[in-house]
Amino acid sequence: MNKILRRERLVPNIHVLEVHAPEVAAKCVPGQFVMVMPDEKGERIPLTIGDWDREKGAVTVAFMAVGTTTHKLALMSAGDELPVFVGPLGKPSEIGKFGTVLVAGGCFGIAAIHPIARALKEAGNTVVTLIDVKANYLLYWEDKLRKVSDSFFVSARDHKFGTTHYVQGKIKELLDGGLKADRAVAIGCTYLMYSACEATRAAGIKTTVALNPIMVDGTGMCGACRCAVGGKTKFACVDGPDFDGHAVDWTELFSRRKSYLDDEMKSLCHWERSLLAPGVSGASVALPLSTGGAQLAPGA
Amino acid sequence: MADEKKELPPDDKARLKAEFDLDWRKDLRKSMPAKDRVKIERQKMPARPASVRNADFFEVNSGLSAEAALQEARRCLDCPNSPCVLGCPVAIDIPSFIKLIEKGDYDAAARKLKETNSLPAICGRVCPQESQCEAVCTMKKASGASVAIGNLERFAADYEREKGKVLIPRIPPSTGKRVAVFGAGPAGLTVAGDLAKAGHQVTVFEALHTAGGVLVYGIPEFRLPKKILEAEVDYLRKLGVELRMNYVVGRTATLEDLKAQGFSAFFIGTGAGLPNFMKIPGENLVGVYSANEYLTRVNLMKAYDFPNYDTPMTIGKKVAVIGGGNVAMDSVRNAKRLGADWAAIIYRRSSEEMPARLEEIHHAEEEGIEFHYLQAPTKFIGDEHGRVKAMECLKMELGEPDSSGRRRPVPIKGSEYVKEVDLVVMSIGQSPNPLIGQTTPGLKMGKWGNVDVDWKTMATNIPGVWAGGDIIRGGATVILAMGDARTAAAEMDKYLANLGKTPPQA
Repeated sequence: MNKILRRERLVPNIHVLEVHAPEVAAKCVPGQFVMVMPDEKGERIPLTIGDWDREKGAVTVAFMAVGTTTHKLALMSAGDELPVFVGPLGKPSEIGKFGTVLVAGGCFGIAAIHPIARALKEAGNTVVTLIDVKANYLLYWEDKLRKVSDSFFVSARDHKFGTTHYVQGKIKELLDGGLKADRAVAIGCTYLMYSACEATRAAGIKTTVALNPIMVDGTGMCGACRCAVGGKTKFACVDGPDFDGHAVDWTELFSRRKSYLDDEMKSLCHWERSLLAPGVSGASVALPLSTGGAQLAPGA
Repeated sequence: MADEKKELPPDDKARLKAEFDLDWRKDLRKSMPAKDRVKIERQKMPARPASVRNADFFEVNSGLSAEAALQEARRCLDCPNSPCVLGCPVAIDIPSFIKLIEKGDYDAAARKLKETNSLPAICGRVCPQESQCEAVCTMKKASGASVAIGNLERFAADYEREKGKVLIPRIPPSTGKRVAVFGAGPAGLTVAGDLAKAGHQVTVFEALHTAGGVLVYGIPEFRLPKKILEAEVDYLRKLGVELRMNYVVGRTATLEDLKAQGFSAFFIGTGAGLPNFMKIPGENLVGVYSANEYLTRVNLMKAYDFPNYDTPMTIGKKVAVIGGGNVAMDSVRNAKRLGADWAAIIYRRSSEEMPARLEEIHHAEEEGIEFHYLQAPTKFIGDEHGRVKAMECLKMELGEPDSSGRRRPVPIKGSEYVKEVDLVVMSIGQSPNPLIGQTTPGLKMGKWGNVDVDWKTMATNIPGVWAGGDIIRGGATVILAMGDARTAAAEMDKYLANLGKTPPQA
């Protein structure tokens, strides 16, 4: 069991979890992830490590509350315990002296990209950070990221930032404006990573992405996370999660990510109902599934 | 691979001989002439009706009654050469435990089993006895049907557990030596048990959140109830074994890190955790699973009880399982239990070559599983959402024997046909998990990604490090893993005993 030291909502729907896991904290390096299970009946999901404190023995991960597991995590608080918080898993990110590196992140990826940006900066690169958010109130860790960046940009669909760009448009704008990037790294939702890769493809900038397929064990055993990269099947958990974004079969990844969309909705409704009637299993509450989960969601 | 054992080691031979010569054994042998023993029919393992059990997850076999066990035990001729022991990878003193059952001393029978096998209730259920101990049974030659050794093993182990008084052997004073075991599967648990009984301080590191390895994520509840595994793991805890879950050796800590923490001997039993695929088009479609993933979702994550458990899985109506081993049988029978209308084994050779245990094949047939021999998929076809909807298969005929000695399947040109499916489980074997090789510098690996060992001692090229089970074999069996583990544990014990004696070399 690993104790939660802090659980905080950073921005709407995105939470940060700081967990006491001394062995993971001692060993983790940028680009690695942990497998997390919120309770005994929960699912195992991968979460990218956003930061760590080796002295304190603490590991920080950020996540977006989307499905049952992440909603369960979002309701946990300091002192609660996680039955599974195992890692660090996956191959470390490639950190080298590349020159100028464009680092793009969005959503949970804003946290996930942070240790990579920091390591790239420490390795002597010029770090150009680009964060994508839908609106200004979804931006977090700006200070942390600015500290490790030489320049910092935001793409957003928000007039407060004076921009309506998505990440792809902003990258194009930067490249057209004379940015000479030797490398790029993009982490966030599948679409953000795909878009970033499309924007860097023409310029031939090698772009690394941290793929986010569905996983079960996270140690190579099950093969749920297989992705086609360069025409070959790879296991994201042991061969990755970092891959050359220009070689990824994105169509396949999009469809594999959606394998359980209906079940995920069903599971969320089931769990939300169990919250409405504590101690009673969801199935026994007389509410038809078709009413959907949204209106039954707990307040905060 | 290891050489076939031609003869038992002298120690084992002497141990067997001493038991064989005991007065009560002599009396028992005399109590019934062999010609009468041969006349007794092999006792059938009672099983729940196929039409009931193929819709639930409760255990299929219900176990021999005491009367049936007695009758079965009488069938054992207690022959002096006991070929069965040679057929057993862990060299259980089979005649002794069977004669103890005949004598009515079930507790002693269970203890006898545990002298060489820490997990008898499991082996009694999942071992391929018909190709091991029972294959060479003298009674098989005499009457056509071997003694049901596996069923008797299960009987004795179940008796002891259900009685609730599992005897904990006296543990010698602690040697103070610390042993690290990587992986809580059959190999790791066996090493842990043997070395704890020798007085060493054993810690088992397991990547998953539940101990058991393939016994917990792979073998289904209907074949091996989890409560039996839990009891066996509990027994190890009582022997003083420490189990650390959620610990990925190689990532959470490396072998070197653990050495620095004071562990002086290591056993790698991290298993065949890397599923094989056929590398044919459409294999990454949604609805195409590896058997490992399919079984892990059901067994470990309890997806059969979704949404009470959060992990989902595809519930197929038309299910094809590709492969013919025990894992394929487990997968296809799972699919049937989860509501498949059509659940079939697609196997590229004929029934003769199929590697699954006979009992599993029979049970599957009874439960309504279809067997399609001499064919193999050539591609999977998806719908507009990237979900599998059909597969194209090619028919085969058998050609010359290949390196495995089995006749090689040869495709019949133009025999392709398309079959609608909504769930496919690839069960064509596993490779050793690559993590330990990637993260242990200097560890010698074989050409299939396996850890390379000296087959006599199970020692790797790194002093103080042994390995066994599927990490050295690829996908094999529980009992072979346990056999490796026993060999390794004996060697490790010797190594640890000498460790204090020789002054450390600079």
